[in-house]
Amino acid sequence: MKLALGPLLYYWPRQATLAFYADMADAPLDVVYLGETVCSRRHELRLSDWLEVAETLAAAGKEVVLSSQVLVESESDLKTLRRIVANGRFRVEANDMGAVRLLTGGDAPVADWIAGPTLNIFNPATLGMFAELGASRWVAPPEMSRQQIAQLRGGLGQPMEVEVFAHGRLPLAFSARCFTARHYNLQKDTCEFRCLQFADGIPLKTREGEPFLTLNGIQTQSAHVHTLLGDLPAVQADGLDILRISPQGDHTAEVIDLFRQALAGQLPPAEALQSARPLLPEAPCNGFWHGRPGVEQLVTA
Amino acid sequence: MTPPHPIELVCPAGSLPALKTAIDNGADCVYLGFKDATNARNFTGLNFDDKSMADGVRYAHDRGRKVLLALNTYPQTDNWSSWTRAIDRAADCGIDALILADPGLMAYARKTHPQLRLHLSVQGSATSYDAINFYYERFGISRAVLPRVLSLAQVEHVIANTPVEIEVFGFGGLCVMVEGRCALSAYATGESPNCNGACSPGKHVRWEQTPKGMETRLNGILIDRFADGERAGYPTLCKGRFDVNGETYYAIEEPTSLNTLELLPELARVGVRAIKIEGRQRSPAYVTQVTKVWRAAIDRLQTDTAPFRVEAAWMAELNKVSEGQSHTLGAYYRPWK
Repeated sequence: MKLALGPLLYYWPRQATLAFYADMADAPLDVVYLGETVCSRRHELRLSDWLEVAETLAAAGKEVVLSSQVLVESESDLKTLRRIVANGRFRVEANDMGAVRLLTGGDAPVADWIAGPTLNIFNPATLGMFAELGASRWVAPPEMSRQQIAQLRGGLGQPMEVEVFAHGRLPLAFSARCFTARHYNLQKDTCEFRCLQFADGIPLKTREGEPFLTLNGIQTQSAHVHTLLGDLPAVQADGLDILRISPQGDHTAEVIDLFRQALAGQLPPAEALQSARPLLPEAPCNGFWHGRPGVEQLVTA
Repeated sequence: MTPPHPIELVCPAGSLPALKTAIDNGADCVYLGFKDATNARNFTGLNFDDKSMADGVRYAHDRGRKVLLALNTYPQTDNWSSWTRAIDRAADCGIDALILADPGLMAYARKTHPQLRLHLSVQGSATSYDAINFYYERFGISRAVLPRVLSLAQVEHVIANTPVEIEVFGFGGLCVMVEGRCALSAYATGESPNCNGACSPGKHVRWEQTPKGMETRLNGILIDRFADGERAGYPTLCKGRFDVNGETYYAIEEPTSLNTLELLPELARVGVRAIKIEGRQRSPAYVTQVTKVWRAAIDRLQTDTAPFRVEAAWMAELNKVSEGQSHTLGAYYRPWK
């Protein structure tokens, strides 16, 4: 089973970002997704910088994928998207239908691309259509359960790589509004790039102090950290191809190592989950995998 | 000023009485859904069975109006056939267009009922002309409903770059998140607009009077707490008050409604073809009120030679039925973002 590092969802300072990916070049990862998927105002790294990081990681033996922005609003967003699609070197993860059109339309459709988790692909008819249009891998929407993913794979006419969101705060929602700017009574257009101060986003709690969500610019994430570390035997039994680990402010490399050890059978699942707990910014959850509210943590036998 | 195309007024019908009052008060189209998870307002007591839908279609067609069917949730492998059956039933009922989000269903509708007009639902999250043109080129959609995320200039730019008619939300409950890209309700309750047609569903809601005030919970999660004398709103989870860095406030959005009445001339100028009123879950009285005001405003815009002016009485009527009795221009007004 392959391990993938998902796109960096937070906004870290340039040097911190470059140092992080320098570390990841040595991590036991098979695939690395790169690029800004959340907010077009974030430019500590420009596309040319991302492409340099991509070359370094590719030289270290990683499969590199460029991820497209999820919410595309302006012509300048579309320009960036066209440059990503036309990069000619790395495969592209399409995260909105505009990206799909650019990858599949025109005179020279791209033969091989990845259907990202925000395309809302929930059934074999839709996934089969995207497979015919050149998608060779599907990243399941995080809200899909183990059973729903298995049923979809069972109903699909052709082989296709399947990737699941296996670790990290869940990317739950996107908005035109920036909630980080709102917190500081700033407008999005003059946000002062406050996201740079929060390596794991800003915690949002209920009025009785329970961790609930995380504000990450225009994205809203779960407070709890979705992780399948305790569910790996089931994941392996299902024959899924790739597990996605979402970068977190600290300890991402240790989390990757735990996944590697648990997948290799060197660490029992319960113990892997136990060992991960001090590495997480908040308590774990796995409800979505079990067809339950995502916030729940179900202990697996 | 007369726009090159008349603007259609598209009104919500959660029931046959709502449909009739929408038609009687000047809706050009009504949109509705079946009584199940195939649409994004899957609430108890709402929506249509085959009989009431046939009655509704007849009522509308007899008066020269149109009926659009929302089938805008995403089917899974094990319930796929319920959605395709719903498309077949709708076609049998003589529906004028289907409002779809799932590309697989679009392909099915195109193949099985090629005469049916297709609209891309707001749940399809298409915010750029490239996204909209994808559905146009693959499925021949006639219209797309834009998510409530674009500024007016961005709406204009989309319209300039697509042959697809553009419909926008004009009034009603405001989704702060991009429609189709929000799993907050699934995270809290296990039910989402995308898959179950419900956000913050009523069966997970608890109202509880406590010594600290009226508390509203969603699946046990405290969404808000109201002091005596404060009006306690429904706990839609993005419209609660939460604690961020020690400050308690509406961290995501206030309980407020979208109201773009004052933008109507601009929407017409940029070429918007239809304005959608949100609220299939609302009462026939709401539908009556809102339809009346928007009909009057559109008629004034399209027939009067004098410059368009919003009547104070219109705004007063609309505010009466707004969530939290307040309104916003949402993303059309850039500083809102």
